[in-house]
Amino acid sequence: MSQISIDQIYKSFKTEAVLKGVSLSAEQGEIVVIFGPSGTGKTVLLRIIVGMEDPDAGTVRLRGKDMTEAAPETRGIGMAFQNFALFPHMSAYDNIASALTAKHTNATEIQDRVEKIAKLLKISHVLQQTPRELSNGQKQRTALARALVGDPRILLLDDPLRNVDAKLRYEMRLELPTLLKAAGSTVLYVTQDYKEAMALGDKIAVLLDGQFVQTATPAQIYLEPATLGVARLFGDPTLNVVAATPQMQGGALSFAFGGTSVSLPLSFAHSAGKSCSIGIRPEAVMVEDHRAEGSFPVEIVAVTPLNEKTVLLLRTPDGTELLAAEPGNEETSRRHGMAYARFNRDALLLFDAASGLRIAAQQS
Amino acid sequence: MEHISRLERAIRGILLTLIMVFFLFPIFWIFLMSFQTNEDILRIPPSLLFSPTLSNYQALITGKLVSAAGTLDIAFMGNLWNSVLLSTVSVAVALVLGVPAAYAFARFKFPLSEDIAFTLLSFRFAPPLLVLLPLSLYYQQIGLTDTYVGLIWVYQLIALPLILWIVRGYFEDISPDIESAYRIAGHSWWRTFTRIAVPLAGPGIAAAGLLAFIFCWNNFVFALVLASADKQPVTVGSLAFVTASGIQYGQIAAAIVLSITPTLAIALYAQRYLVEGLSLGAVKG
Repeated sequence: MSQISIDQIYKSFKTEAVLKGVSLSAEQGEIVVIFGPSGTGKTVLLRIIVGMEDPDAGTVRLRGKDMTEAAPETRGIGMAFQNFALFPHMSAYDNIASALTAKHTNATEIQDRVEKIAKLLKISHVLQQTPRELSNGQKQRTALARALVGDPRILLLDDPLRNVDAKLRYEMRLELPTLLKAAGSTVLYVTQDYKEAMALGDKIAVLLDGQFVQTATPAQIYLEPATLGVARLFGDPTLNVVAATPQMQGGALSFAFGGTSVSLPLSFAHSAGKSCSIGIRPEAVMVEDHRAEGSFPVEIVAVTPLNEKTVLLLRTPDGTELLAAEPGNEETSRRHGMAYARFNRDALLLFDAASGLRIAAQQS
Repeated sequence: MEHISRLERAIRGILLTLIMVFFLFPIFWIFLMSFQTNEDILRIPPSLLFSPTLSNYQALITGKLVSAAGTLDIAFMGNLWNSVLLSTVSVAVALVLGVPAAYAFARFKFPLSEDIAFTLLSFRFAPPLLVLLPLSLYYQQIGLTDTYVGLIWVYQLIALPLILWIVRGYFEDISPDIESAYRIAGHSWWRTFTRIAVPLAGPGIAAAGLLAFIFCWNNFVFALVLASADKQPVTVGSLAFVTASGIQYGQIAAAIVLSITPTLAIALYAQRYLVEGLSLGAVKG
């Protein structure tokens, strides 16, 4: 039985359709990340699931029961908001305890549970302070504690790391998976940070233009994106996209790029003659000093370190720009100037130019 | 704009003094008058030197007005009590009715909500005389003339729109997420209203209540037409000092001092809330 099962949810505001037939299910203990750029209706979807917003059509089933019309307080959900939504006139303790006072009347039990979760989230020392006196990180932890303290079977987290600084976000990204797994709840986690999505999700549901374009494991999303749009959202630096029409010539498949012809695996033979967008991850571009099989001349225009990678901006003789990424941060080993580049053929992604759908390799 | 020239400061000082004198001198003069006899008051030229007397206050408190034509009974203390009663109960009723209504207008979009809210506001700017004649006829028929209930009811025309519109702005300023968070935590709609929305809008509710109290206290025309002597507030009751044998300036001044003291005290005490409340509620976001 799915803990959360939403089916064909539609929602419009005035004339603008925000959600157009969205379906999703999440099993017991599963962390499902709802990922998408801002303004795609991720928060609206959470609000519908929690009962703060009514869908125009569709059903919300929680723990197997139809809860589409149920009031928020009856749904048994814990939720943390992007803006924390703490009660400004209550202490951190009362904020956290508010999730228990409706059900548990035993004051000592409430105290025990609040103190336990506060210890886990390292906010025991600020429990008597009001939200105004808390730092952003402490506010965020208080909001999380409030969502977690009631041991909800279903937990909705609306971009909880959005409003905290980079250091804390990194820390929490490490802590959260353990915390969420320990709680054993089914989690829907909204984010627009693809790294967060990859780090936390058992499953990622990519919301684009009011629809889930792909729901799959992080690895599948990265290696086998359903559409060009999904491929563009995951990866930093972003995917190189080349418009090309693969040609079959003398038993070999290739496409024209940068004044040369780049060969494609024969498993893409069915794409011959179709107008395609070819996606090349920067990691799949190899830059070398010497000419090799299938390589083409490029000029290295810029070298930028990015985290643990070095990003190279390349330009082919015909002026096409291309990003390449190399592991390591050895700026000195790369000089600007002429070099040769080639693609890792097996990592190329082909998309239909018109529909944006990925063209899968055929097993021969 | 940090630097203010000396001239500018001087001009500002003079203007402020002028305004202060303009508004406060009458109150000061009335305060002095309340300790003078009618003869002292009517002396020309007026003088700041006089032998103070408490006879005016004495007359008001004992209810016996001694004039050249004899002794006259006045019900000033009764009127003062009426004012306190009418204003307090009216504001209490308006708060009980208006705060939930303001919440409804702020949070829920229902058919005609804006029209209903605007109609309620229009009570504030419609001239009272417009409704007074039909109202007094209705009141006579249903027996509400000269009753506290009838007056409190009609005072809702003053208090309710004020409270509704000021408090509504306050409720709109509270992030809906905060309320949602409380409901998700398992609390009912009503508990969320009483535990989250009302405390957070507290300063606005207090400011609106105080303002409504002052407006009710100052009301004259409704009580003049709809109430007889024993139900009249001070505003109407002061007319009794215009007697056949002359106008009792000293008693009027004492009556004014006594009747503005409660509102003045409340306003001074709550000045902070009033300014904060009114400006916060008015500006959204």
